[in-house]
Amino acid sequence: MAALDAEGGTASGKASWRRYPALYAALWRYSVTREMQFKANFLLWIVVEAMWFALQLGFMSVIYGHVEEVAGWTRWQVILLVGCSHFIQQVFTALFLTNLSDISEHIRTGRLDFMLLLPVNTRFLVSIRKVDLGAFVNAASALGVIGWALRNLGHVPGPWEVAAFFLLCGCGVAVHYSLMFMLASMAFWTVRIQGAVWGYYNLFNIARIPEGAFPAGWFRRVFTWVLPMILVSNVPSMALLGTLRSPWTGWMLAGLALGCLAVSEWVWRTALRRYASASA
Amino acid sequence: MGKYLQVLRIGIQNTLVYRVNFLFRAAVGLVPLTGTLYLWEAVYAGKGGTQVGGYALSQMISYYLLVTLVDAFTAVAEDDWQVAADIKDGNISQFLVRPIHYLAYRFWLYLSGRAVYTAVALVPVGLFLFCMREHLVAPSSGLAAAAFVASVGMAAMLQFLIACTMALLAFWVLDVSTFIFIQFALEYIASGHLFPIDILPGWLAGALMLTPYPYLLHFPVAVYLGRVDGGELGRGMAMQAAWVAIAFVLLRTVWARGVRRYSAVGG
Repeated sequence: MAALDAEGGTASGKASWRRYPALYAALWRYSVTREMQFKANFLLWIVVEAMWFALQLGFMSVIYGHVEEVAGWTRWQVILLVGCSHFIQQVFTALFLTNLSDISEHIRTGRLDFMLLLPVNTRFLVSIRKVDLGAFVNAASALGVIGWALRNLGHVPGPWEVAAFFLLCGCGVAVHYSLMFMLASMAFWTVRIQGAVWGYYNLFNIARIPEGAFPAGWFRRVFTWVLPMILVSNVPSMALLGTLRSPWTGWMLAGLALGCLAVSEWVWRTALRRYASASA
Repeated sequence: MGKYLQVLRIGIQNTLVYRVNFLFRAAVGLVPLTGTLYLWEAVYAGKGGTQVGGYALSQMISYYLLVTLVDAFTAVAEDDWQVAADIKDGNISQFLVRPIHYLAYRFWLYLSGRAVYTAVALVPVGLFLFCMREHLVAPSSGLAAAAFVASVGMAAMLQFLIACTMALLAFWVLDVSTFIFIQFALEYIASGHLFPIDILPGWLAGALMLTPYPYLLHFPVAVYLGRVDGGELGRGMAMQAAWVAIAFVLLRTVWARGVRRYSAVGG
């Protein structure tokens, strides 16, 4: 934070967009230094996440020990789906999760007041302060599992399929980010919101279930259109597998991701207005 | 005894503050549960409506509903984190000189937390169970129902003892969170939270039944569903009681060693 103080002190009130990449690079350097101070902890967290990943893969393997197909998905297609879900979740964790779960602390300790005064976009600052490097290792292992599943399926995706996959994963990360951001913003209303991270893990649990398993009904509608968790990993997976029924499904996820971002920005602004009036 | 009832009373008052949080937790927990139930329905539909690992669909659904219920009754919420924090911050010192045992104090706090959580969670979970009532099977017999209640009680004790023992690692290491999470991951799969462990290949299920984990969730639920009865029921209950005793002795041992180390540092 010391570097930010110095910058905040000298810069004029209006921040230019060109400063943001440099600012982000500085925060990355800070995160790397910080993480390397606790090497054992760093490695243990990788083990914890790897265990949960193995657990989910194990669950699907147990199911496929009893059946050949679930909702039209074969064993290796579902392994790929679980891998994709883990990939998106880990990229999100690497870039945003700790930061978002810290928001309630910033509010409780009053550190947010200080951040609001800095000449940078506050949402940018609270979203990307720390980078969780271990999660990148886990994201790489998820890509490994995806590759392994593709090999077993004998499917070689074309360059467009790969490009679509990564773009749609990006949309998935945006959905994770927006929804968690809104959960974390609930801290403006009730300060004790340790439940936010817990709620996040619960909601995204359903992302690794093949979409065909959800029967038409309100549950499917809510988790497709309001909180698009069913689409988040299913759509990128289907794009990679070449089983997407129409490209519109991809555009739909992209549109929903933008929608989630927009709504989260509205929630944030509403919350900040409320915060200012509360502390005055 | 009277002093511990006071702890219970205070604990209930303190945890009532979190009732909205608890309601939120219980309600959000129903989302992955619904997802898992849909997944299993799809599994059975693909199979043509037969059994999976000896479970009919309604039994499988009942299994997950009962796991949710037993989990509400027995899960540790913040207890392990609080114990670790008490050790790290030196809060346990005051208990060492008071005529109240810290671990007994924690046990009564755990009970009060469970009482409040269950009362609050019963609203969303009860509503959910009511909606799923056609899938929820009744206890297989009166004996099974009685054994289920006894088994849930022992599961709660075992859950508390294991969580507390893990938290006592704070006497030796600075940050216990990774250990707690690794333990939790093991527990999540081996206790039968993710799926009933008797759908695993026989040798693997048999090996898991030798560990304490299945006695936290899987065993009470299996008793309810009548999947263990007769001599097996008696043996299972004895095994569960044995694990409670072992975990109790282990906790006392770790506590005694930890306190010796703790006072050495403090002195």
